[in-house]
Amino acid sequence: MTSFRLSSGGLVSRAKPLAFTFDGRTMRGFEGDTLAAAMLANDQMLVGRSFKYHRPRGIVTAGSSEPNALVTIGSGGRAEPNTRATVAEIYQGMVATSQNRWPSLKFDIGALNSLLSPFLGAGFYYKTFMWPSAFWEKLYEPLIRRAAGLGRASFEADPDRYEKAWAHCDLLIVGAGPAGLMAALTAGRAGLRVILADEDFRLGGSLLSEAVAIGDQPASEFASSVIAELASLPSVTLMPRTTVFGWYDDMVFGAVEGVQKHVSVPSSDRPVERLWRIVAKRAILATGAEERPLVFGGNDRPGVMMAGAVRTYLNRHAVAVGKRVAIFTNGGSGYRAARDLAAQGIEIAAIIDGRAASTNEAPAGVRVMRGGSVVATRGRHRIEALIAERSGYDETIACDALAMSGGWSPVIQLACQRGGKPVWSEDRQAFLAPDVGPQLRMAGAAAGEESIAVCMRHGRDQARAALADLGVSVPLVVIPGVEGETDGSFSPLWYVPGARDKAFVDFQNDVHVKDFGLAQREGFGHIEHTKRYTTAGMATDQGKLGNVNAIGIVAGMGGVSPADLGTTTFRPFYTPVSFGALAGAEVAERAKPVRRSPLHEWAKKNGAVFVESGLWHRSAWFSLPGEKTWRESVDREVLNVRANVGLCDVSTLGKIEVFGKDAAEFLNRIYSNAMLRLPVGKARYGLMLREDGVVFDDGTVSRLGEDHFVVTTTTAYAGEAMSHMEFAAQTFWPELDVRFVSVSDQWAQMSLAGPRARDVMSQLVEDDISNEAFPFLGVREVALKGGVRARLFRISFSGELAYELAVPAGYGEAVADALMEAGSKHGICPYGVEALNVLRIEKGHVTHSELDGRTTADDVGLGRMVSGQKPDFIGKRLSTRFGLTAADRTQLVGLKPVDRAKELKAGAHLLKEGAKPSTVNDQGHITSACHSPVLGHSIALAMLKSGRERFGEKVVVWDGLRGEEFQAEVCSPVFVDPQNRKLHL
Amino acid sequence: MASLIKCPHCGVRPREEFSVRGDASVVRPSPAASDEEWHRYVHIRENPRGPYREHWQHAAGCRRWLVVHRNNVTHEVYDVMDAATVAKEVAQ
Repeated sequence: MTSFRLSSGGLVSRAKPLAFTFDGRTMRGFEGDTLAAAMLANDQMLVGRSFKYHRPRGIVTAGSSEPNALVTIGSGGRAEPNTRATVAEIYQGMVATSQNRWPSLKFDIGALNSLLSPFLGAGFYYKTFMWPSAFWEKLYEPLIRRAAGLGRASFEADPDRYEKAWAHCDLLIVGAGPAGLMAALTAGRAGLRVILADEDFRLGGSLLSEAVAIGDQPASEFASSVIAELASLPSVTLMPRTTVFGWYDDMVFGAVEGVQKHVSVPSSDRPVERLWRIVAKRAILATGAEERPLVFGGNDRPGVMMAGAVRTYLNRHAVAVGKRVAIFTNGGSGYRAARDLAAQGIEIAAIIDGRAASTNEAPAGVRVMRGGSVVATRGRHRIEALIAERSGYDETIACDALAMSGGWSPVIQLACQRGGKPVWSEDRQAFLAPDVGPQLRMAGAAAGEESIAVCMRHGRDQARAALADLGVSVPLVVIPGVEGETDGSFSPLWYVPGARDKAFVDFQNDVHVKDFGLAQREGFGHIEHTKRYTTAGMATDQGKLGNVNAIGIVAGMGGVSPADLGTTTFRPFYTPVSFGALAGAEVAERAKPVRRSPLHEWAKKNGAVFVESGLWHRSAWFSLPGEKTWRESVDREVLNVRANVGLCDVSTLGKIEVFGKDAAEFLNRIYSNAMLRLPVGKARYGLMLREDGVVFDDGTVSRLGEDHFVVTTTTAYAGEAMSHMEFAAQTFWPELDVRFVSVSDQWAQMSLAGPRARDVMSQLVEDDISNEAFPFLGVREVALKGGVRARLFRISFSGELAYELAVPAGYGEAVADALMEAGSKHGICPYGVEALNVLRIEKGHVTHSELDGRTTADDVGLGRMVSGQKPDFIGKRLSTRFGLTAADRTQLVGLKPVDRAKELKAGAHLLKEGAKPSTVNDQGHITSACHSPVLGHSIALAMLKSGRERFGEKVVVWDGLRGEEFQAEVCSPVFVDPQNRKLHL
Repeated sequence: MASLIKCPHCGVRPREEFSVRGDASVVRPSPAASDEEWHRYVHIRENPRGPYREHWQHAAGCRRWLVVHRNNVTHEVYDVMDAATVAKEVAQ
């Protein structure tokens, strides 16, 4: 056993042991452990296989920058891949599984890739799997994806709930370490609304890992006392387990809170994660600093860890990562690790210091090799020894862990997410946040500060400055002294020369030093190109650990300073955010709500089969017992409407009420045909154009009063038509007195069509609706027997004698039932949108199949509806331009197959007889097609070049998709009742 | 793009409640205007870098059309006005 739990100490609850499994093996930890800490306590250093070479990898960090310790947590629908073991809080029964290995973590076939590694440099896949190109999608890519990968997503539905919320505050503080706590105390004591968010489940940041004293308390106890005071302040909100992942415009921050990710069985009463948008007047980033790895040969061997992480496991979790720990450092951090390890009686193999001299002191009896470097490591699944070199002499030093430190990089990502570029500081040898204005300030280690004492003061002072911006002056928080701090300075060492094994810069993407040389030689020298070519800085850790070293190395290769090279771009998210959290409650029917007509239940009990049409569920047809196909039902419905009467739900049409003394004038300018003198009590078919002269939408306009209209739109364009009218009223003609109300959902509307329609309708309506009293295109408010007020429209889409009856939505089902009852002796049947479609094709009425955003009014035979008299309407000016009036434009025609047994289908193209199918020879296409039960064969509407002159001509219907080609005869688009006699019955 | 928009009728509201139409500087020509003017109005749009006036509708709020004067580089929003107010000013 090499790594183990100390018998005492740490911030874990030893009274609360927890059992969990890793790759099926049961392990034990304590409440307060991360999964990584608990695994180390169980001597499990090997946690995964690397991305490309499948090298064994161990835990490297103790935080969110972890590149290696990615595991899948949970099972079934709760399985979450690529979770960092270093931040996951253990719970009783947690199931953790390693990734990217087969058949097992210790014996992985993919490790053969390591033998091929001379061929697997940057860009290898792009260069190798080029030919034949067809192989890429089917063969190469799936193979590579299987071999090189992270965890796998679950294919089961996530059983948990997620939610989204907004929060508002005066001061948002990100990070609850020394600087963040003092900032929060400063603002909180003054009564300001403070949100203190930290990704950790325990607040305190580095104070939880430090063995120093603050005042007369250990650092962690000091942190606890400050947090207790903050918790007692009513204006302060503490948000542990909350990662602020993005900074957006207008001081909006995105954050994700783990609400129940750390419990065995989440309660269904609460979400597992909550996505916050936090609006802050001011913000302080006290996000700390990330320790840099050293880039030396074999630096990826399990057991090689960050020096700071070694101290976190030791001081916070009471876990020693090894029994004989070596340290490789270029600054004070390594010496701090040595001191803390020695204090717990852990043997220090040696401190190898890259610097020739320093003021740091090693613990008594510990050997220091100054000016030395590590060039290789040995060991299979864990480091067993390192090879150190100094002045040309090698020395093998046995060790079971190696703590490394290459200095510190402030965590500045959030400050750079809105376009500001990091600024290189020669003084700090690090990238610092740019000046992004007074709204967001950096504090403590995130600002490049070093010691705890300085960070605490800096946090306090930055909070005071932020509050001063808001015009609030606050008393000075007295900060106790810190005892036991040592010099933490460092001198940068981008990579260690003389590496005898791969020296990894980006562990997660298996990018090593040589890959950068290759990228340089092949012309990918710009840092953004280097990133894409080598993949350094990609994937789940986004280069938190390796990016600064990568920049240092590439800058060194080009002989420039990191300041000249710059960095890659920081974008949200700081750490991965689950899709569940981003979706929140908007899943299933809340992502795509179902719109049901007020007549839905009526349709359902009458046997409707529903079809999705946008968000709507519309009744498609009404199946009767014995009917085997949808066509049987539809044909019956059509014939019954033509012979008797049918009832159809048309509630989904857009309905807009238009009010105002200028309502008529306004509609006159919105529609292409005349509306100004539409009489009260009359309806008119109306056409709206776009400003470019093409048809926008169609519907009916009914005048209910001098200053009151109701217009209908197509189902699909209800929202757009409303918005279009609002825009025109406000921006084109603000002087017109007109207002709109969308009433699409307020009315149940049904179409009663067929020669017996009046016989049925008159049984329900008190008013006289004889042809004389209520002729075609009449509109009136009527009283239904029983007292319900309704609107009756004598309009027809089917070509039959027809009424549309609108009643308040809640009465819809009862009125439809009454119509069915009244119609029973007249042979009434319900009919759906399929039959409606057949009826309108037979009648030559257009829908958006014909009005497809390219057709003019004249193209579809409605040229007379574009008024030449009106001074202005939308689309007037450009509707007369040359291209829209050309003689060879396609025009609406009807088609009948010459061989009546053939079936016309929408989408087929039309050719002249003998012409080869080509774009040049294209004569048009079929827009709508159906079987006409009235005619007994297939019919279609089509757009055909100069079509109206070509009735009687035979054209070829060519359907390349379905491999069909046959003759059809061009005819009038009106197949049924061309004289419109039935409308006026 | 801004995260929050101050609607002159509803106050500060999240961007998701609004929908963007485009350039608000173009003015619909009179029916008697030249072909060139109409062509420019219907088909030609500048794509400026920096300050920009756009038509936004508070679709999930008061449904009024607004003129949002903003900077598409810095994302700063200078002011938001009701489009009818702006149109009346332009007309005068």
